[in-house]
Amino acid sequence: MSKVLVVTSGKGGVGKTTSSAALGAALAQAGKNVVVVDFDVGLRNLDLIMGAERRVVFDLVNVVQGDAKLAQALIRDKRVETLSLLPASQTRDKDALTPEGVERVIDELREKFDWIVCDSPAGIERGATLAMRHADMAVVVTNPEVSSVRDSDRIIGLLDSKTARAEAGETIEKHLLLTRYDATRAARGEMLKVEDVLEILAIPLLGIIPDSEDVLKASNVGCPVTLHNPLSGPARAYAEAARRLLGETIAVTMPVEKKSLMSRWFGRSVA
Amino acid sequence: MSIFGFFTRTRTAPVARERLQLLLAHERALSGKSDLAAILQEEILAVIAKHIAIDREKVKVKLDRDGTISTLEIDIEMPEAVALKN
Repeated sequence: MSKVLVVTSGKGGVGKTTSSAALGAALAQAGKNVVVVDFDVGLRNLDLIMGAERRVVFDLVNVVQGDAKLAQALIRDKRVETLSLLPASQTRDKDALTPEGVERVIDELREKFDWIVCDSPAGIERGATLAMRHADMAVVVTNPEVSSVRDSDRIIGLLDSKTARAEAGETIEKHLLLTRYDATRAARGEMLKVEDVLEILAIPLLGIIPDSEDVLKASNVGCPVTLHNPLSGPARAYAEAARRLLGETIAVTMPVEKKSLMSRWFGRSVA
Repeated sequence: MSIFGFFTRTRTAPVARERLQLLLAHERALSGKSDLAAILQEEILAVIAKHIAIDREKVKVKLDRDGTISTLEIDIEMPEAVALKN
């Protein structure tokens, strides 16, 4: 049976699109038929992160409004055969999405794919609520930082009240993906620890993605980080997170980024 | 981080954790309901306005939260006795 997964956070810039691409690619590499759907109508970026920006012809809005067939809008990934992308529209705004239209597209995707990964826009408005609307499970992307944790808490509340599953009295599986984590700074007491965030948000941990330059390098060239440098810290963490989504039980390990003494002393400071 | 900072570390994460725990306890209690302070302010002002003409511009509302208690302070400037209705 197919699974609809929403990648959401409330706050912008925490790594929803990076995580959607990385998890989608990892699930596809595990042999699943996967589509990643960009719900950020007007500010699409998943196409860019996946390196498919020059191949977009039709988009989600065209399909929702019946101007294009689903098969015409889907873009097959060139690196992983079982991975597809449904891009968002760049010229329209989020009002172009209707609840009925989105439901119809999701139902159609369920027939073709094992996993439907919905990349939510930031915020709690129409785009975000429609992205989570038909989800069976959610990945809540959170940075170890006060505003991100607060927004994630708000999103968890919406997942438990505004989704189709919640309204039908069913539960929606929620997983925490802690991104941009710096174990060294957390150990120094400068950054919220994994345990702090877990205790506050009270949802199970899917993975810890270390703060790493590999993420930017991968996005520079338009390749999901799991495919770009599979041995890097973030790629390994995303691959393990994907295996957990598939039901495997793997202990979450603490990513320790190896840094030279010099960069530890004189490295950039993050305000 | 400068070399100087390396020797004078301040552990700010525990502060973040405590602030979040306090804030979220309140926000979760309010979720789904509209802003209690706003409702109280409206209703209290309506009651007072029945008897006294009040200038909305001169109403000061202060909400403060500390641990387990919240305080709502509504400061209404009463016009000179002339404004008494009825």
